[in-house]
Amino acid sequence: MTERYFPDGMPPPMADGITLPWWQAAAEHRLLVQRCGSCGHSQLPPSPICSECRSEDTGWHEVSGRGELYTYTVVHRPIAAGQELPYVIGVISLEGSGGVRMISNIVDVDPEALSVGMPLEVAWEDMSDDLAIPRFRPRAD
Amino acid sequence: MSERRAHIVGVGESEYTRWGKIGDITEHALACRAIKKAVADAGLTLDDVDGLASFAEDRNEAIFLAAELGLPALRFGNMVWMPGGGGGCAAVSNAAMAVETGQAEVVVVYRSLCQGQFFRFGTGGVSAEAAPDPEPPTLQQANSLLMASMGFAMPYGLLMAAAAYALPTRRHMHLYGTTSEQLGMLAVTFREHASRNPRAVMGERPLTLEDHQASPMIADPHRLFDCCLESDGACAVVVTTAERARDLAKRPVEILASEQGTPKGYAFGPFTNANVADEIYATGGGEEMANRLYGKAGVGPADVDVAQLYDHFTGCVLMQIEDYGFCERGEGGSFIESGALAWGSGSLPTNTHGGSLSEAYIHGLNHVVEGVRSLRDESTSPVDGAEVCLVTSAACVPSSAVLLGRK
Repeated sequence: MTERYFPDGMPPPMADGITLPWWQAAAEHRLLVQRCGSCGHSQLPPSPICSECRSEDTGWHEVSGRGELYTYTVVHRPIAAGQELPYVIGVISLEGSGGVRMISNIVDVDPEALSVGMPLEVAWEDMSDDLAIPRFRPRAD
Repeated sequence: MSERRAHIVGVGESEYTRWGKIGDITEHALACRAIKKAVADAGLTLDDVDGLASFAEDRNEAIFLAAELGLPALRFGNMVWMPGGGGGCAAVSNAAMAVETGQAEVVVVYRSLCQGQFFRFGTGGVSAEAAPDPEPPTLQQANSLLMASMGFAMPYGLLMAAAAYALPTRRHMHLYGTTSEQLGMLAVTFREHASRNPRAVMGERPLTLEDHQASPMIADPHRLFDCCLESDGACAVVVTTAERARDLAKRPVEILASEQGTPKGYAFGPFTNANVADEIYATGGGEEMANRLYGKAGVGPADVDVAQLYDHFTGCVLMQIEDYGFCERGEGGSFIESGALAWGSGSLPTNTHGGSLSEAYIHGLNHVVEGVRSLRDESTSPVDGAEVCLVTSAACVPSSAVLLGRK
């Protein structure tokens, strides 16, 4: 993506010690899910322990960035000054993730063309040296 | 235990206004006013009150209100654990636990909310009017688990409740064919109920389905009239034991059962729960809590005569109707369309005060107030012979509910 999806006045993301590796990978355009080394359960947001087997042997698994739209909303009210409207927030089921979904934006799409199940692919937006945001766009295949 | 069984014996409220219209009356002044009215309604005095309970991180803490009200001794104060509107019935539940276990004798549950005097919900602390920060966004240190979790929502502009709660509602529409018109009928029904309620902020503003369909889109599928009001006001309910309740001014209302709960993985609701089980994503998340609630009270959905369901957004009410077993999963839309929620003719008169869509947004404690009135024949949309009233707090977040019974 070349243009900013949101104006710079939007609140920035925040990370703690558990979520920081996810953001560090994102800065390198690598999309991760957390995967348990003990039972293989995958999860997001990351957690100190596996929510299934309660092991602390948590690790990371990189996914392709392909996925499909699980649900969405088209938002017509601005949060930050200078924001272009409308914008789209979706929940994306990530391919090869072990069933993990994530919230993101659907970009480069006519809101009228949105539909649950539509194929998507990641579109990274570089914000600054240490921050890139994974947004998603329709995938032609 | 039966002598200490918790009952609601008094209700009261301040005036309710639109966002910012309460003027310069402070939130805590409104809280005091509502508490005084509820205590007087019960036939008690403030000297009898030894407990205060609220929720949603009410800015008006029990320790300060106790001092302002001159309570002789505060023995119990409580703020519930779930966010925002999920906690109204939980505050009643905690008050009931306090009186039933002897921690206190008379607990007043209160909520005061002058939205016009504080930051607007859903803005994330930024302003749509202010000039943007010229520096490019960088990753920040999260100072709480909430903010670390919101790191997976905020960068995508998911801050407004109207957008967050649209996500499960859109999924429900996809799965079951639920329509915007069905959601609109719900808003129209509650507005009609508000037309008889002099307290209702929107009582003199009739609403038709055409008005709903013509109202601006906020966050699809939520149009303006799918969203609750933003209000200034306060209300309160008084909880005490069966023994104390017996000799008071009004007929006591029994708390038949109360429940608090959150499904696995819910955390902060639709801002963070994208990974809850597929089977519960397009629900209000209350089905297990509903089953526990009914089980405790020994009643079922067919025994509920009137309901006051938390109505932050129309779709969330629809999903609660399914959670609480009034129809099958996926049939909430046709249930609404059948007119079931309408006072006077429907099988489940709902939000007889007009709800948060039309009376006022007091984080749903006003639904508990109306639940009590509906069992005392004091509602402006009375349901003849109603014996059991279900009151719920917010859907799609960690929440709570109570079943109230006529004595």
